[in-house]
Amino acid sequence: MARQYLYKRHRLPIRITHWVNVLVLTLVLMSGLQIFNAHPSLYWGKSSYTGAGPILDLHASGGFPWWATIPGQRWLAMGRRWHFFFAWLFVINGVLYLAYSFLSRHVSRDLVPTRSDWRSIGRSIVDHLLLRHPQGEAAKHYNVLQKLAYLALIFVVLPLIVLTGLSMSPWLNSLFSGWVDIFGGRQSARTIHFIAASLIVLFVLIHVFEVIVTGFWNNLRSMITGNYRVSTQTNEGPTDGTQ
Amino acid sequence: MEPNSRTRRMFLRVALTSVGGALLAGCDALSRTQWFPKLLGAGEHLSSKAHHLATPRKAMAQEFTEADLSPFFRSNGTANPNDATYQALAQNNFVDWRLRVDGRVERPMEFSLAQLRAMPSRTQITRHDCVEGWSAIGKWQGVPLATVLDLVKPAADARYVVFRCADPKDDDGTKYYESIDLEDAYHPQTILAYDLNDRTLPIANGAPLRVRIERQLGYKMAKYIMRIELVDSFAHIGGGKGGYWEDGGYEWYAGI
Repeated sequence: MARQYLYKRHRLPIRITHWVNVLVLTLVLMSGLQIFNAHPSLYWGKSSYTGAGPILDLHASGGFPWWATIPGQRWLAMGRRWHFFFAWLFVINGVLYLAYSFLSRHVSRDLVPTRSDWRSIGRSIVDHLLLRHPQGEAAKHYNVLQKLAYLALIFVVLPLIVLTGLSMSPWLNSLFSGWVDIFGGRQSARTIHFIAASLIVLFVLIHVFEVIVTGFWNNLRSMITGNYRVSTQTNEGPTDGTQ
Repeated sequence: MEPNSRTRRMFLRVALTSVGGALLAGCDALSRTQWFPKLLGAGEHLSSKAHHLATPRKAMAQEFTEADLSPFFRSNGTANPNDATYQALAQNNFVDWRLRVDGRVERPMEFSLAQLRAMPSRTQITRHDCVEGWSAIGKWQGVPLATVLDLVKPAADARYVVFRCADPKDDDGTKYYESIDLEDAYHPQTILAYDLNDRTLPIANGAPLRVRIERQLGYKMAKYIMRIELVDSFAHIGGGKGGYWEDGGYEWYAGI
C-alpha cells in the first residue's frame, strides 16, 4: 500500500535565499548581457588588442537579442546600474546562505557526499541518463550528482564569477599590483566571467529540467512551504490515502 | 498521466510567458522612473565606499612592460574635434595652445605645451579600460597633475578638478568635460599626457593633452583639454553630474 506524508525538506533560510537568488540572478544575467552587448567580443589576455584577435566576436549580429537584456534596448549606463546594484544583493544573499549553511551544518549534512555516495556515483550517472530518479525515502536527500553539482556551483562557479567581476574594476586592480593576472589578465577575466555566467545558465536549465521530471509541483511546494510529499510502498494496513 | 496535467501545462506556459513579459516590461518601466535608478545608484555609492575602504589612498594601478603594448591604441568617442578654434590650433601644431588652470586656486596660470614638456614628467605603461568592456595597453608620458596643482595652489575650498575640453559633443555646442576629486588629482599616476607610445599624442587620442586617471574607466580620462578648473562643487557645470557622460546617466565614480 502507498503511504504518503509530508517531510520538511527545505528550511526557511534556504527557501528565502533560493528565491532571492532566482530573482537576483535573472536580473544580473540580463543586465550583464546588456553590458556585453556594448562590446560583444571576448578576448584572452591582459588587453583586447594584443595582436591576437578576439576569441569570440558577435559584432556582426550585435550580440544578444534585446528581449534578453535589461533594459530592453541599448542603454549601457542603465544596464550597469542594474548589474552592480543586484550584484551587491547577490553577494549579500550568498554570504547569508553560506553563513546559515555552515552554522546549521547544511553543507556537511546535506551537501558533502558520503562514502556510499561516492561508491554509487556510477549508478547515479546511469540513473540520471535514464531519467530514473530516487523515490520514496531516498528522495528526501540529495543524490550524489546533485550534491556535486550544488557544491561546484556554490564553491567554484559562483565565487569565480564574483572574483572575475571584481577583477574587472580598474580601481580594485590597484589592490595588489597584478592580482588580476591570476585569471590571465583583465580581458581573460572578462571571458571567464562570461563562461561562468554560461555555466550558471546551464546549471539552471538542468536544474529546472530535473525539477520538472522528478515531480514539478511537489518540488515547487517543497521550495515554497518546505514540505515535500514522500510516497512509500509499505506492507502496513490500508490508509486513507491522504497524509 | 494525471487528468489535469494538460491544464497544469497550460497554466505553466501562461505563467512563464506572463512572468517573463512582466519582468521585461517592468524592468524597462522601472528604468524610466525617477526613483528607481536613484535607488540603483545606491549600489554605486556602496561600491565607491567599499573600494576606497579596501584600497590604500595611493594604491598604484598595475603597470606593464613594452611587450604588453597594444600594437595600435584605438580611439573612441571623438577622433577629431569639430571645432574651429581647435582646428586652428591643430593647424599650427598647438604652438598657440595654452592650458589655463584657474577656479578655486590662489594663482591662476597658463601653460604652453613647451612649458609642460619642460616640467618633470612621468612615464607609465598602463591599461586603458573602456566602459564598453575593451582594454588597450599604452605607454603614456606627461606631467603629474600634482605638479601643476602645486604651482597654482588650490584654495582651501577646492574639492574637484574639472577638465574642460575642446570637443563639441552635441548640436547645441555642449563640450566634453570631466571631473575628479583631489584624491585622484594628487595620485602619482594621474598625469597630463602629451606623448603616447614615445610619440606626440595623436589627435585621435586627445592631442595636445589628455589626462590619465589610471584607477578609473576611460571616459574619465578627458581628451583635448583646454582648461582645468578647480571647483568646490560641480552642481552648476553642464548637467550638474560632473561630466559629459555622467549627465547622460553614467556613474561619476568610474572605478568599476
